[in-house]
Amino acid sequence: MTLQSFMNDAISPWMKNEGPEADIAISSRVRLARNLSDVPFPIVAKEDQLRNILEQTNTVCHEKSREPFGQFSLLRMEELSDNQKRVLVEKHLMSPNLTGDAAGRGLLLSEDESISVMVNEEDHFRIQCLLSGFQLEEGLKHAELMDDWLEEELDFAFDERRGYLTSCPTNVGTGLRSSVMMHLPALVLTNQLNRILPAINQLGLVVRGIYGEGSEALGNLYQISNQTTLGQDEREIIKDLSSVVSQMIQHERAAREQLMQNSPLKLEDRIYRSYGALLYSRTIETKEAMERLSDVRLGIDMGIIQQVKGSILNELMVMTQPGFLQQYAGAALSASERDQRRASLIRERLQLEEDSDNNDGGASR
Amino acid sequence: MLCQECGEREASLHFTKIINGEKTEFHICDVCAKDKGEYLPGGKSFSIHQLLSGLLDANQPFSQTAKQRSSQKPRPQLRCESCGMTYKQFADIGRFGCADCYQHFDQKLDPVLKRIHGGNSVHGGKIPKRRGKDMHVYREIETLKQQMQEQIEAEEFEQAAETRDKIRSLEETVQKKGGDAS
Repeated sequence: MTLQSFMNDAISPWMKNEGPEADIAISSRVRLARNLSDVPFPIVAKEDQLRNILEQTNTVCHEKSREPFGQFSLLRMEELSDNQKRVLVEKHLMSPNLTGDAAGRGLLLSEDESISVMVNEEDHFRIQCLLSGFQLEEGLKHAELMDDWLEEELDFAFDERRGYLTSCPTNVGTGLRSSVMMHLPALVLTNQLNRILPAINQLGLVVRGIYGEGSEALGNLYQISNQTTLGQDEREIIKDLSSVVSQMIQHERAAREQLMQNSPLKLEDRIYRSYGALLYSRTIETKEAMERLSDVRLGIDMGIIQQVKGSILNELMVMTQPGFLQQYAGAALSASERDQRRASLIRERLQLEEDSDNNDGGASR
Repeated sequence: MLCQECGEREASLHFTKIINGEKTEFHICDVCAKDKGEYLPGGKSFSIHQLLSGLLDANQPFSQTAKQRSSQKPRPQLRCESCGMTYKQFADIGRFGCADCYQHFDQKLDPVLKRIHGGNSVHGGKIPKRRGKDMHVYREIETLKQQMQEQIEAEEFEQAAETRDKIRSLEETVQKKGGDAS
């Protein structure tokens, strides 16, 4: 596999259209949980019932086209290798829970990968819309279109008082979980984030690392999402989250300016050191890679590094995850082999940038 | 209050443990709490479902001693007739077995949902287009009924009468529609 085609696989088409504020609010996600009214939830349902649901989904959506999403395809978990599943998780198209028992489980995916539906994860259906940048309202609009489409053919469990019924009581009501992935290096560097996070929790919002529940914040990436799903209307939930996210964006921008004014040399030094490490290291762990990439991304956003495109953090963030590295290598790798591959992949990728920048006569490294 | 472990930092975690009626109190800071880790509630090892099952526990009040508990009459076990899940099982795994569980466990759900959802136990969002045709009207009737109750309590009887008329006309439209369809 060439680096170019591998990159095409790593970057979902939706990521290429850079959304508003995408330098700080990297991506927006909206998820709706839905269940059929007459079949037990996946934790209780029998295998043939789950298979039935998957086949129903297949009849309703597979190879059908729907504006504005394009054609849909259904991936059956039983037909995928462990590593293929891992790659789907690393692309945030499905949750790790779907990689367990494969029988009757599936993932419905739109052509541009912006809409996906997990079938028989914790709920029968989990509709997810992923968009670049800060676009929660757009995400909700798309997820609801998908919801309406499914509801034309399927009877969803809905109760006047409790709303959409879900397996876990934390999702009942709207079934809506909306989140924004944010890159907040300046707030971390200036020690302001520790002060902001408790306030966010008090507003009924949750802050997590990039791979969801219980995951560590890597590379200064934080996922902020709503916690309650019952009582408020979908648009109110999104509005509350949006107002906090816009404030965070403002704080992050202010912190960046503050850094630039107070300690420009220290900042520039940090960014170039990280850039150097990425350009020349021969082995690098995920954690360090994410930290260095975060620094470089900050340098790009602040105009300190100009020869590299800003989207590089998004790309390498996905490409340097274990599943992707193994996909690229075409084989299972040990941890130290992965660290080596990761370093060389990052070097190659940055080289590509430098080369395209130096096309008109610059020296190559 | 200072942390009772290190005596340096402000205590931020306060909890009370009651085992067989014996009460112990702890006041410690974040740092010491992390060191103690697994022994304390809220440590990293707690999953959301474990936390939930604490909230859902059938024999609720946490402070009850074992003695009081055993003196309670054993209540008939709540069970969902559709999927067979008992309330105890639900409380253990923190998840419902099917949509009907919500009906069968209804008497216990209000406090649980309120605790999870910031005081809310009633849905206020989207209604499915096809299945929920009349629900929009029912929802309006519900809010009007509440409004009427408030007006009566405030002795605004004229307004309450107007609200009552609105409710009646809405109820008629729904019934008429139902009549047309059958």
